[in-house]
Amino acid sequence: MKILVCISNVPDTTSKINFTEGDTKFDTNGVQFVINPNDEFGLTRAMWFKEKQGATVHVATVGGAQTEPTIRKALAIGADEAIRVNAEPKDGFFVAKQLAEVVKNGGYDLVIAGRESIDYNGGMVPGMLATLLDMNFVNTCIGLEIDGTQATALREIDGGKEKLSTSLPLVIGGQKGLVEESDLRIPNMRGIMMARQKALNVVEPVDAPQLTKDEKFDKPAPKGAVKLVSPDNVGELVDLLHNEAKVI
Amino acid sequence: MSVLVYTESLKGKFKKNAFEVASYAYKVAQDLGTTVTAVTFNAQDDASLGTYGVSKVLKVTNDKLDTFNAKAYADALAQAAKAEGAKVIVLSSSADTKFLAPILAAKMDAGYVPNVVAAPDSTSPFVVKRTAFSNKGFAHTEITSEIKVIGVSNNAYGVVENSVSAAVEDFNPSLTDGDFAVKSVEVDRVTGKVTIADADIVVSGGRGLKGPENWGMIEELAQVLGAATACSKPVSDLGWRPHGEHVGQTGKPVASNLYIAVGISGAIQHLAGVSASKVKVVINNDPEAPFFKAADYGIVGDAFEVVPKLIEKLKEFKAQNA
Repeated sequence: MKILVCISNVPDTTSKINFTEGDTKFDTNGVQFVINPNDEFGLTRAMWFKEKQGATVHVATVGGAQTEPTIRKALAIGADEAIRVNAEPKDGFFVAKQLAEVVKNGGYDLVIAGRESIDYNGGMVPGMLATLLDMNFVNTCIGLEIDGTQATALREIDGGKEKLSTSLPLVIGGQKGLVEESDLRIPNMRGIMMARQKALNVVEPVDAPQLTKDEKFDKPAPKGAVKLVSPDNVGELVDLLHNEAKVI
Repeated sequence: MSVLVYTESLKGKFKKNAFEVASYAYKVAQDLGTTVTAVTFNAQDDASLGTYGVSKVLKVTNDKLDTFNAKAYADALAQAAKAEGAKVIVLSSSADTKFLAPILAAKMDAGYVPNVVAAPDSTSPFVVKRTAFSNKGFAHTEITSEIKVIGVSNNAYGVVENSVSAAVEDFNPSLTDGDFAVKSVEVDRVTGKVTIADADIVVSGGRGLKGPENWGMIEELAQVLGAATACSKPVSDLGWRPHGEHVGQTGKPVASNLYIAVGISGAIQHLAGVSASKVKVVINNDPEAPFFKAADYGIVGDAFEVVPKLIEKLKEFKAQNA
């Protein structure tokens, strides 16, 4: 089985978010970039398929040279090879078009992407990719087993979960649950050394239209000071929620 | 040329978000000088959508669509959009809709913008305001494609009545075997409990509660308020509560009217995930907990003393206002 894990290079979850150039661009100054958490759960599940079922695992990202430390980390965790499509990701459709080309050329059976990236939160690349390639698709995937060409997936739904059966070739939008937080791997020195020897192939983008464009960013209005209620007068909170906030 | 809206139902009954997306679609239709057409799947009482500005309902009745199927639903919606010549398609932000939206958008070469929190800034050019960076910011995004797909955040626009008369027509999309290549085997949905996605009020517990055995009072507080229960990431990582309850940047987003955090310190990732909630209350014994800076109301105190008192006071309040 040949697996492609799609990696997005995103600001660390603890990052403070600022904008620059007249609030038209994300300010990367001082920001630490990491593998998108939803993608990392998928990458870790892919490692399981590699170790238990002999799968080959490649990783791909769409981004400039500045994304390479993040790709190298994926290689250090255990992916066999990496592909970087040398283009700034313009929007979700553009990225899906680029990844579709990578999947076509690589002949992958299973494509694991994160449910959404934690920066632009579009949540559209996996579904668009599957549709462009006419592959099966399961979103918000929290469990995946492969037996030959048959796949059994668990999907998170509002208020519960759903078990699905389908077949390869398959694209999933993954998240926590594919593996547990405690299963995530910190690359060791041997992994980091080996990652330096592994192929990181840079390919040029294909023509693809941009369908959406972020014109301007802004931040939530600053919050007023918290109104504190004494623990000896809890009734006041009920009163405030009813008469002032009008939420109960 | 109407605005198309997908109005979700469960077991025939419209979900609350169906009325919210219909209200939003009506606003867009007004701006564009057109009307709203809704698509429903095995729903009852289709004409009730007229209350929220829907002039026409394309009613799909098909046993094979009793259980949600993303590809088949997306295919049906694409066919409905073509039949109506719709250029704008309005969807919700439910898990099911976020599953089908990218399939629908890719089928129609449409630009898709999810997490939209307000009526369009303008319709020419077509610009919408959405959350980005996991609620730490907003983006004003232009959709440049001819067909536009918009996902409206829960509780962001609200349910607005605009009574018109809704004409209900049967609609029979042609579906292929390929549409059903992903099959539902089993749906395990908690019944009799409010879900985080639909909840007006969410009560959430953190590590300050010391152990899963102490969740009884969180459940009771939620029950008194008719609220959903949730938890912080450490609590779900420790296995005290199921993953489905984890709210925050890498868990479920919360956009309720009231969010009550008990024993949650308020890490930046947690605050990002819940910041779309309108009113936030924090109960924590540490006055330095970062959550107090992000909250509207707070009580510095021991949760094990404060929460039972709060339950008692709420019961009195409910009894008086019943």
